[in-house]
Amino acid sequence: MSVGADTAISVQNVVKAFGQGAAAVRALDDVSVDIRQGEFFTLLGPSGCGKTTLLRLIAGFEMPTEGVILLDGADITNLPPNKRPVNTVFQSYALFPHLTVAQNVAFGLQMLGRPTAQVKARTDEMLALVKLDAFADRKVSQLSGGQQQRVALARALAPAPKVLLLDEPLSALDLKLRQAMQIELKRLQLETGITFVFVTHDQEEALTMSDRIAVMSNGKIQQVGTAKEIYTRPKNRFVANFIGETNFLTGESQDGALKLASGESIAVPGLKAGGTATVIVRPEQLRLGAEQEGVLKAKVRTLVYFGTDTHCHLALSDGTEIVARLQSPASGDAGLAEGQAVGIRFAEGALQAVEE
Amino acid sequence: MAKSSFSVSSLPGFASIAIFAFVVLYLPILTLVVYSFNSEVTMGLWGEFSLDWYAKAWANERVKDATLNSLIIASCAAVISTAVATMAALGTTRRRHFKGQTFIYVMINQPLMVPEIVTAVSLLILFGMIKQATGIQGLGYLILAHSAFCIPFAYLPIRARLEGMDLTLETAAADLYASPWETFRRVTLPLMMPGIIAGAMLAFVVSLDDVVITEFVKSAGQDTLPTYMLGQLRRQLTPEINAISAGLLLITVLMLTAFFLLTRKND
Repeated sequence: MSVGADTAISVQNVVKAFGQGAAAVRALDDVSVDIRQGEFFTLLGPSGCGKTTLLRLIAGFEMPTEGVILLDGADITNLPPNKRPVNTVFQSYALFPHLTVAQNVAFGLQMLGRPTAQVKARTDEMLALVKLDAFADRKVSQLSGGQQQRVALARALAPAPKVLLLDEPLSALDLKLRQAMQIELKRLQLETGITFVFVTHDQEEALTMSDRIAVMSNGKIQQVGTAKEIYTRPKNRFVANFIGETNFLTGESQDGALKLASGESIAVPGLKAGGTATVIVRPEQLRLGAEQEGVLKAKVRTLVYFGTDTHCHLALSDGTEIVARLQSPASGDAGLAEGQAVGIRFAEGALQAVEE
Repeated sequence: MAKSSFSVSSLPGFASIAIFAFVVLYLPILTLVVYSFNSEVTMGLWGEFSLDWYAKAWANERVKDATLNSLIIASCAAVISTAVATMAALGTTRRRHFKGQTFIYVMINQPLMVPEIVTAVSLLILFGMIKQATGIQGLGYLILAHSAFCIPFAYLPIRARLEGMDLTLETAAADLYASPWETFRRVTLPLMMPGIIAGAMLAFVVSLDDVVITEFVKSAGQDTLPTYMLGQLRRQLTPEINAISAGLLLITVLMLTAFFLLTRKND
């Protein structure tokens, strides 16, 4: 149960089952993860992967079936939510409709029994932080979605929690506002120094904001790492497929090289010896040239022009379809034609062996 | 512009049916109020404008007693039934769907389904036995009876309010360090309040208006306004009854207006 001094939250072997007996569903299946002090940590995964359940367990809204949760080294597994120095920004914001903006922000401080003068000062400070000082006496229903979002943030930050939990807080906002709020959230996290645990299904949101990301699926954490680590060195097929676009190549592992069904071989560093292996390569890491110059032969199937780049769909000799993303030249013409035979080369380190 | 959907207001005869319905609804009340200001005793005969019947009703000791009884019973019944209904509504909505939930709803709303006369007779018999056994008299029996049949009228608006409430708000309060009791006091109760006020007012008006159960349960000298008026009708119909009715009408309209203003402010 011991944890390092820089660990804010330690989730250890947590299982959460809903339902009884044979009908029970394991929303979380033996999850362990350490979240560091002051980091922006994101739980990323498709809906139903268990990310919101894990957040609710940390908040105390649900109790784990098995396992323990530590906050700053202390066991909080069985504490009710009102006894945990953790606050939540809800997906629906959950602002109190019968209170004003300032009363909403002051709520947590009042419940903690802080003196009135201190509550007032802290509320003003928080409203200034989210730039809503002018709206203190409004009813929350008079605010726009983006403003309500900022009230929810101010309310959750006001008691200076050790950890702030954010449950898909940006999903209800339109694209422009969402991008502005991403920057705003990052700024608030840096200014307050509070540990943020952020839940999202949006990989772009996760990649741009997080210090570290835990990719989840089927109630398990698939991989934990920085945005770069997860994008460039995904651990398994799920992570590679979920984050960004990926080409999969499968074949036999022979002498450190991947032998494809067509008989062609490509050298892959770190490929485990023997058996069937899967290798991934991102579309932007493919280089196309003359047929004899490449390590793999392919035919151009279709070309799709996207402005900044052109997507070139290719068929390998064994029929596998892969995509190359080529930066569009100034003329806009990639110099390729459908049906053309090409040779594929891969950028240094672009081929990554992944687990199934 | 093409008509996109069925519109009942465009049917032939809609206007005349609507006018007829409004006439049937409001003409009797209008007549009653107008004749309460009539100086003549006979209904059909208009003398001149006068407030005599109001003065007479005001001075009538039996009317005063009946009014007092009505107000005491209606107030007590409204408070008791609303308190019970609030707990019932919290108990039936703040949980996952359970087996027999519909059955519980039906049980709570019994007074809406059992014919009032049956309730009246059964209360008469039961209270008669209790009175004989204990010798206890008083308004308590009427208050108890009224509280019982007012419960569904208080329960339904409160339940509707609770069912429309976002449960995440209570979770948010707990997250912000509120204990279960503080969550109830600071979040749940204020949000329920419009439903509770609506329920209490409805209960008050329904109790104020009741004749059948009161007539059966009351002892001698326990007339409420409606039973007093019924008693007077058996003798002679004077505009004094009109004046009392107009007074009851005024109380009801005031309560409904107050309720409307209160709920509008809260939302």
